[in-house]
Amino acid sequence: MKTTGNPRKFSLLLAASMLVGSTLAQAAETIKVGVLHSLSGTMAISETTLKDTVLMLVDEQNKKGGLLGKQLEAVVVDPASNWPLFAEKARELIAKDKVAVTFGCWTSVSRKSVLPVFEELNGLLFYPVQYEGEESSKNVFYTGAAPNQQAIPAVDYLMNDLGVKRWVLAGTDYVYPRTTNKILEAYLKAKGVAAEDIMINYTPFGHSDWQSIVSDIKKFGSAGKKTAVVSTINGDANVPFYKELGNQGISAENIPVVAFSVGEEELSGIDTKPLVGHLAAWNYFMSVDAPANDAFIKQWQTFIKNPKRVTNDPMEAHVIGFNMWVKAVEKAGTTDTDAVEKAMIGQEVPNMTGGTAKMLPNHHLTKPVLIGEIQEDGQFEVVWKTDGLVPGDAWSDFLEGSKDIEADWVTLKCGNYNTKTKKCSGQNYE
Amino acid sequence: MSLLIRYLIASILLWSCVAHAEPVAPLDFAAAVQALNADNFTAKEQAIAALAALGDERTRVVLIAFQEGNLQYRKADGKVVLVREVAEGYQLTDPIGETDLGVVGKRDVKKITINNALRRVLREAIARLSLTSKRADVRLTAVGELTGNLDVAAVTLLERARATEQDAEIIAAIDTALALNAVNSATPSVRLEAVAALQGSLLPAVRNRLNSVAEGDADAAVKQAAARAVKSIETKLERYALAETVFFGLSLGSVLLLAAIGLAITFGVMGVINMAHGELIMLGAYTTYLVQQAMPQYLEYSMLVAVPAAFLVAGAFGIAIERGVIRFLYGRPLETLLATFGISLVLQQLVRTTISAQNVTVSNPAWMSGSWQINAALSLTYNRLYIVIFTLLVFAALLLLLKKSALGLHVRAVAQNRSMARAMGIRTEWVDALTFGLGSGIAGVAGVALSQLTNVGPNMGQAYIIDSFMVVVFGGVGNLWGALVGAFSLGVVNKFLEPYSGAVLAKILVLVFIILFIQKRPRGLFPQKGRAAES
Repeated sequence: MKTTGNPRKFSLLLAASMLVGSTLAQAAETIKVGVLHSLSGTMAISETTLKDTVLMLVDEQNKKGGLLGKQLEAVVVDPASNWPLFAEKARELIAKDKVAVTFGCWTSVSRKSVLPVFEELNGLLFYPVQYEGEESSKNVFYTGAAPNQQAIPAVDYLMNDLGVKRWVLAGTDYVYPRTTNKILEAYLKAKGVAAEDIMINYTPFGHSDWQSIVSDIKKFGSAGKKTAVVSTINGDANVPFYKELGNQGISAENIPVVAFSVGEEELSGIDTKPLVGHLAAWNYFMSVDAPANDAFIKQWQTFIKNPKRVTNDPMEAHVIGFNMWVKAVEKAGTTDTDAVEKAMIGQEVPNMTGGTAKMLPNHHLTKPVLIGEIQEDGQFEVVWKTDGLVPGDAWSDFLEGSKDIEADWVTLKCGNYNTKTKKCSGQNYE
Repeated sequence: MSLLIRYLIASILLWSCVAHAEPVAPLDFAAAVQALNADNFTAKEQAIAALAALGDERTRVVLIAFQEGNLQYRKADGKVVLVREVAEGYQLTDPIGETDLGVVGKRDVKKITINNALRRVLREAIARLSLTSKRADVRLTAVGELTGNLDVAAVTLLERARATEQDAEIIAAIDTALALNAVNSATPSVRLEAVAALQGSLLPAVRNRLNSVAEGDADAAVKQAAARAVKSIETKLERYALAETVFFGLSLGSVLLLAAIGLAITFGVMGVINMAHGELIMLGAYTTYLVQQAMPQYLEYSMLVAVPAAFLVAGAFGIAIERGVIRFLYGRPLETLLATFGISLVLQQLVRTTISAQNVTVSNPAWMSGSWQINAALSLTYNRLYIVIFTLLVFAALLLLLKKSALGLHVRAVAQNRSMARAMGIRTEWVDALTFGLGSGIAGVAGVALSQLTNVGPNMGQAYIIDSFMVVVFGGVGNLWGALVGAFSLGVVNKFLEPYSGAVLAKILVLVFIILFIQKRPRGLFPQKGRAAES
């Protein structure tokens, strides 16, 4: 070092380094929580609410005295509904901001985009949305529903309770609907539904010209067998879809539509009169009568300063995920990823519908499955629910190739273990 | 023998006792109505059956209110009441004495919930009670409802209604229903007659029934007749399906044309590549939204106000864009393209910051909802139908304006030869501004129509910009008729492809087709002739 000869410069440097040291020490006193949700672009509608949910949870935890004697600090970034940007922002959060945990992503494509980053830098992600399964990463906790916690029970309900014999699987053209429909098709065929009684249709994001598709559904449903539509249509394309259903006179009694991506938040922007009676399958509805839910709704509406704001399923998933993370950190006594990951498994926290969510060794939760009918006020009336809690299954039992695979981060220490070849391979079986 | 008869009589008696006991006979109408407020759906279903069995004439009003969510109960005492929404809350009526029970707040009463199964039960029960309604359309709907669900009671009701019915359409509907019932008869001749009566009916229930008769009837003659009937029905259905597809195509075409017609002027006549065209459409849609916000009680008339308002708003923005930016860039297409792209982003952000980044709800007036049921196989949705008509009107008005008015003459003169027009004393600068304003204004009008079909959000314009250029280039730059033919043919082709290829691939195929077409005929379907075309 050139400066050693000059005592004045040296002391300056020392002072500077002390300053840096003290800010570092200060920074270390907070635990950083990353929030990776789009605040602009097409997904902003859904994801902004989730950012606010995490902020509310952080705020509340700080009021309780923080965590491990430190305050929590939320670091919010905006990946702008841009899938590659999700990966960049994730890297920024983990490498630069040194967050202990990240809550984020909505679409499966954004999750797939950040997955390698979390695995490379050994970060921790809580993913709160129902998804297509076929994945289990050591660095991700899936607090949304796997297909066996949403799609399969919904189909069972239609088949057994409503006597549906003919099926329309309509979805937006991307990975979640395609995989879900693949699973459903295999499931229906296993249940003895003939190929000509299944109609599959894909449309692009934001599709608005639904007239011929709805007309086809109408014709498909007029063959004398009870018909239902299983919709994995995502985003705002749902609005013109339901409008067209109403205009062409398809009512819920004739051809019910059960949706997997339409919740209270999405309905708050639509005139729900023509939709009354159509169905949605989720693990949480705002209308569920439970003390925990009432408290949660009140807390949310106070935080957001709007008594009309609705709550929805992915919000509940974030609440469960956050509470579990807090408990796991307390148990581990550190925010170190590996220690927390171990402590997470087996954690139990109450969910909002009066049950208990438990983190399973495959990084999925146990959840109740609820089916609700849309009401005129944009809320759902629960018409059916599972007797108990359904454990999330990462790898579908109905897909060829996937049914032999198991995820277990306790005994097998593998997210993709083939029980036939006894081998643990990469993330995806394909 | 006598023992057997006695046994039979006894068992019949016993059975009828059981049958009578099944719907738990309530004492009176009031108790039956009160029973509707049960804890679970099964109990509610039984309560509906019990109420309908009473045959009280007040039943229909109660059931219709139940179906529409207007049957509620007071939280204070649990009394079941009929509600009607008024400004201060709910106006309550006693379903029993039909007396006024005053106005209460919305939180003081709670709706008696129903589910899909109950809705079906209610619809059928209401249909049975509606056969004697004074309104012909109500009777017709009731007959249609019962046709789908024929049991002994329904057939008796229909036979009774048939005897007194005057309306020819309803008589025909009842005859179809009765024939559908007669197909189940044990006598082959009756079945044969019924099949003959059903020939030509387009109801899905008839086709399905005839199909099963054609496959499985014991009598060969009946089987053959049914097969013939099915075949004739199917030919008819195919014809209607074709008509429907053509209509869908025209409807898609009219949307394309509306979006493109403004561009046909700014790009076609003026040669300006306006990437902000989609955003002008969006501004028109947002104008509709603001108009609806401003006059919530006159929703039915909001469209009439929104069309001129959107024209003016988008037109004003267009003139401002032309005067502020584009006029400095004439003859430099690349710069124009980039500058207008920038403007499109500015306009999107403007809407995001001033209104909302989220989609806004534009309501459909009642006269634009629902569909025009031509027959059982063909129905046209009103919103699409009106938009096709509206597009043609806009097109005709624009054509008239360009061909017959002084402005139109100037526009055409400037488009053909700018310097000559100037030499003739035309203020070409003003003509440019007005032409651009006209094209933009029409984009705004397109936005009004699109707000009825699709989501209104800051990004909506981007979905239409490519389609618009596609139509204009395909139809022939600078030719309105070209845009018309181009838009409708692309729409129809797209809709015919869709069932085979899916929505995504259909669009790709159409794009590929246009690219190939432009290779062969670079100037589009109707190339412009004259000096301007050569320059």
